[in-house]
Amino acid sequence: MGLKQNLHKLKEKYKDSKMAPAFNALHTFLYTPNDTTDSGAHVRSADDLKRTMNTVILALIPCLIFGMFNAGYQHYAAIDATLRLDPLGNFFTWDNFILGAWTVLPLVIVSYAVGLGVEFIFAIIKKHEVEEGYLVTGMLVPLIVPIDIPLWMLAVAVIFGVVIGKEVFGGTGMNILNPALTIRAFLFFAYPTWMSGDKVWVHGAQAMAGQPDAISGETILGTLAANNEPVYSTWDMFWGFIPGSVGETSTFLIIIGGLFLIFTKIGSWRIMLSAVVGAIVMGLIFNGIASAGWIQESSNFYGLMSEPFWRHLIIGSAAFAIVYMATDPVTASQTNRGKWIYGFFIGFIGIMIRVFNPAYPEGFMLSILLMNVFAPTIDHYVIQGNIKKRMKRLKVKTA
Amino acid sequence: MGLLSKKDSKLILDPLADNNPITIQVLGICSALAITAQLKASIVMAISVIAVLGVGNVVISLMRNIMPSKIRIIVQLVVVATLVIIVDQVLKAFAYSLSKELSVFIGLIITNCIIMGRFEAFALANKPWRSFLDGIGNAAGYGLILIIVGFFRELLGSGTLLGFKVLGDPIAKTGLYAFGYENNGFMLLSPMALIVIGIIIWVQRSRNKELIEEH
Repeated sequence: MGLKQNLHKLKEKYKDSKMAPAFNALHTFLYTPNDTTDSGAHVRSADDLKRTMNTVILALIPCLIFGMFNAGYQHYAAIDATLRLDPLGNFFTWDNFILGAWTVLPLVIVSYAVGLGVEFIFAIIKKHEVEEGYLVTGMLVPLIVPIDIPLWMLAVAVIFGVVIGKEVFGGTGMNILNPALTIRAFLFFAYPTWMSGDKVWVHGAQAMAGQPDAISGETILGTLAANNEPVYSTWDMFWGFIPGSVGETSTFLIIIGGLFLIFTKIGSWRIMLSAVVGAIVMGLIFNGIASAGWIQESSNFYGLMSEPFWRHLIIGSAAFAIVYMATDPVTASQTNRGKWIYGFFIGFIGIMIRVFNPAYPEGFMLSILLMNVFAPTIDHYVIQGNIKKRMKRLKVKTA
Repeated sequence: MGLLSKKDSKLILDPLADNNPITIQVLGICSALAITAQLKASIVMAISVIAVLGVGNVVISLMRNIMPSKIRIIVQLVVVATLVIIVDQVLKAFAYSLSKELSVFIGLIITNCIIMGRFEAFALANKPWRSFLDGIGNAAGYGLILIIVGFFRELLGSGTLLGFKVLGDPIAKTGLYAFGYENNGFMLLSPMALIVIGIIIWVQRSRNKELIEEH
């Protein structure tokens, strides 16, 4: 008897019991169920929520694997700076991967175990089927946290994010805020010393602080916010050989993932494009201010303001946020024109907060959460505008 | 209860649970968000509101028949303002540091919706004794939520209760497997007060299904 048969039998056995949703979920997670609806009109398509989720996860896998290599690479390069002379040669080594896997995999496991646990508990209490909503969130969360975040903090944040960010609104598809970013925002406000500064982005930097062989790893944004020149070359930034949250450093892989999402029509190219445009516009405004001399070179904002607009896109979380976070179909605007507005302001406000936030030089988490809140309002006005336009056309005809 | 009749004791007990001004009527939220980061401040605020609303309800109830209804809002405002200033002065005289901590929020009791709400809804139509009980009850219901929120916010946010250390120091930053208790800074920010109140509302409504609104 195969696994499928076993799962099916288990499902039948617990059919009317309290635990039924849990066994149903196990079954449908691994196999397509046999039952189909037998009345009414159907849309025939191989697409379902599970496949959508799995496509996004597929697009995230390169970032995850790169993140593991990068975790090891940043650790060893912080100890022995000569490794940085030849990043490509010293990057894809077993040492890097093993250390990276050792630190990143626990994050992935905790994120999935806790998040799915909460989903299962809610499904059983509220007597509905387990929804696939957490599959993508669970993969996003480990990619957007600092490498050394303690596992219990991650667990607390995941519980908070799934319960307050999603379940209280009615579960998958009903949430206002992006759950992964809710989790990150919770960590950021609850445990700021673990989420910002120059000691959290490289594995081991906190543990070794104060010792003779102490290492540090400031992000490029942190360096710029302190008005210093970053030590990394532009190509390093593009390929991703820089410190940062686990999976967001490699702009190259994120672009590939983004193209994959656009090609499979899972992610909205309108949002991605307009967010990039928004970021470029804001970047150009700041570049203009800096080059016109309206701001003193000693000013706190000078470093970030004078950063060329195109480089803003490849440092920090800009690319990752635009491709994987802003395009979340549940929390983004639904109308096409709304998507342009929504995306534009994510880029625009993201760069603005990045430059002006004194405590933490990054803004895309907050700008996406902010625009999540406004998305329904944008949709409302787009739809009302459309109705008005068509009413006018109607009047012209009847008159 | 020998002291109070059944109807009277309902006036006090109802607002504590099933008709709570914060969780059911959703009034007085602003001050519940603003001052609940410390338990001590919550308790003082609760006592102040109990004093103001208890006395205020009696005064309004005594004046209810001689007060022209056109100017009743002005009269009510004058009554609250007077009482609040008295409370403020008492605090300044006997608990100066606390009154500094609460700063403008004692003065802002004047704008607390619960107080005007009870004047309008109850004191204007009832005798002084019943009004007094209603005032005490509603203010206590408000204070109860304030104290619950303040308890959790101070405990989880600063690791103290009434200023005494309860929970441990920040943990050593050893990385991934660091384990121990660390204060949750989010608890000290107002949004978390809103979320704590939301959770109280959630728990209360899932225990008593009758409270769930139709929509």
